[in-house]
Amino acid sequence: MHMADALLSPAVGGTMWAVSASLLAYSSSRLKSSLDDRRVPLMGVLAAFVFAAQMINFSIPGTGSSGHLGGGLILAVLLGPHAALLAIASVLSVQALFFADGGLLALGCNIFNMGVISCFVAYPLIFKPLAGDSPNKTKLMTASVIAATLGLQIGAFSVVLETVASGISELPFSSFVLLMQPIHLAIGLVEGVVTAMLLVFLHKTRPELFGAVAPGTESRPLRPVVIGLALAALVTAGTLSWFASANPDGLEWAMGKVSGKEELAAPETGIHGALDALQKRTAFLPDYNFKQAEPAKPEAAATGAKPEQKAEAWPNVSAGTSFSGLLGGLMTLCLAGILAFVLRRRTPSKA
Amino acid sequence: MGLDTALHEIRRLDDLAALDTPLHRLDARAKVLVTLFFLVSMLSLGRYEVSRLLPFAAFPLILAVQGGVPLSLLLRRAALALPFVVFVGIFNPLIDRTVHLTLGPLSITGGMLSFLSIVLRSLLAVSTGLVLVAVTGFDQICRALGRLGMPTALLVQLQFLYRYLFVLADEALRMLHARTQRCAPDRHPCLREYRSLLGNLLLRTLDRAGRIHQAMLCRGFDGQMPELRPTTRFGPAEWRFCALWGLFLVAVRILNLPQQLGDLPLYLGGKAGGLFP
Repeated sequence: MHMADALLSPAVGGTMWAVSASLLAYSSSRLKSSLDDRRVPLMGVLAAFVFAAQMINFSIPGTGSSGHLGGGLILAVLLGPHAALLAIASVLSVQALFFADGGLLALGCNIFNMGVISCFVAYPLIFKPLAGDSPNKTKLMTASVIAATLGLQIGAFSVVLETVASGISELPFSSFVLLMQPIHLAIGLVEGVVTAMLLVFLHKTRPELFGAVAPGTESRPLRPVVIGLALAALVTAGTLSWFASANPDGLEWAMGKVSGKEELAAPETGIHGALDALQKRTAFLPDYNFKQAEPAKPEAAATGAKPEQKAEAWPNVSAGTSFSGLLGGLMTLCLAGILAFVLRRRTPSKA
Repeated sequence: MGLDTALHEIRRLDDLAALDTPLHRLDARAKVLVTLFFLVSMLSLGRYEVSRLLPFAAFPLILAVQGGVPLSLLLRRAALALPFVVFVGIFNPLIDRTVHLTLGPLSITGGMLSFLSIVLRSLLAVSTGLVLVAVTGFDQICRALGRLGMPTALLVQLQFLYRYLFVLADEALRMLHARTQRCAPDRHPCLREYRSLLGNLLLRTLDRAGRIHQAMLCRGFDGQMPELRPTTRFGPAEWRFCALWGLFLVAVRILNLPQQLGDLPLYLGGKAGGLFP
């Protein structure tokens, strides 16, 4: 369920980055203040364990398919939520950088969907109350199956929300939800069973691990975090929506003023006139309508500006413009190819 | 992806990052910042944009050529990342059937355009990320992020993970090999085998953490990993790199270069045919 860069708009990606980054900063400061440097190698090595374990598959009896450990919940149980968030974030970063699972812009979303939800929702709100202070085998089993399943459901749901809010995919909300949730119900059950198995195994072999989970860092008010989070989200959303607004403004407007003139005054290109060029310029970010089909009447009314321009949005672009776009695209490709070829000839190859 | 292929892929990128080209010698912060700017400006294009995405390919391509990254590797990796994106994007052509362009009998709908756009975005984003790792190296990226303000705890965590990833993956591979040799067929372990396999790996992991901690104390760990390479500074070369690519990206983002390029032959043709004075 790695969210991918290609399906994400910068506004959504940036907002999720802000949320995840502030939670990471908060967790780091909590760890620093707890000052237990035994946990430093433990976090690193357990993250490496999860990384390796994610690639060992087992066959699910009776189905012919295979599953593996996801690892968010078990890290939260073994390390406590703050350290676990850092560990999960590090695993996701390695995956994003080396295997292109997700992507760099989507990393914020992924840390949120898989890390924050496991560590700050599934573990403290579901697992801990169910497992209790002195867990036994049955408690561990039920707690981890329920926590992992619910955690993955929430995670999958936020993938849907992020995708729909980005507006790059056309998949409507309802069908996407119907697609994602059942798949992740299965994945969540597998995750829960595997986590439970490992915890019971550890409980048998190393019972001392379950005496004091996350020593001494449990009771501090969460209010500063919540306020910080809200502020970060507001600021990011505010800044980015400034870019995303439907009218030309800021940077875009200035650029249009400076450079736009010459092109607008070149009517011989003939195929399409000034309006179209202007219109293209106005769409700095994709408009965040969930469906393009509904004309943006409320938006135009709200901004109170240039409804006729708005109404002429993407659906009726003239064929001529698109055609020269197509032609130009091909030419660009050729140019890029030639450029790469020339550069390659110039750089001495290292064998 | 199997564990051994995953390890192999990481080592492959690590080898590339160990090359010594002018691009490799640049301060990692410059490369990280320009890459982020690339992603934001590329991904902020409208959902029907296809041709305008193409000039962006210059960034990963030129960096790959300058940094000695084989293009075949990039393409193969970028293709591996496609399935999820295609899975979500494949519905676009079915849902959005507004015709944008007719080429003879073939009519191109908005859904096709946006699907193509999603695929292109994915290829560009993935290959750029990989090029960044291949010309910078994981450790340098982490340090750059640390110098850009990432908390130390997270920096140390990333460095620890990267150091012990190979150790633990090797350990897991040895266990898997041992299993294959004892009980023959090379298929996935069943649930019971899996439990003891993973459980034992976990126990060894916990023991290893204890040993590492003692070794760290012996060597005077002060909360930070020692630097292995000399620290680079943000000099003229870095500024030049940022300025040049920054200008290029702004230009490509604001102007519709392919459109103008495509208009040119049409315009010239029109002129030759006497359509325009």
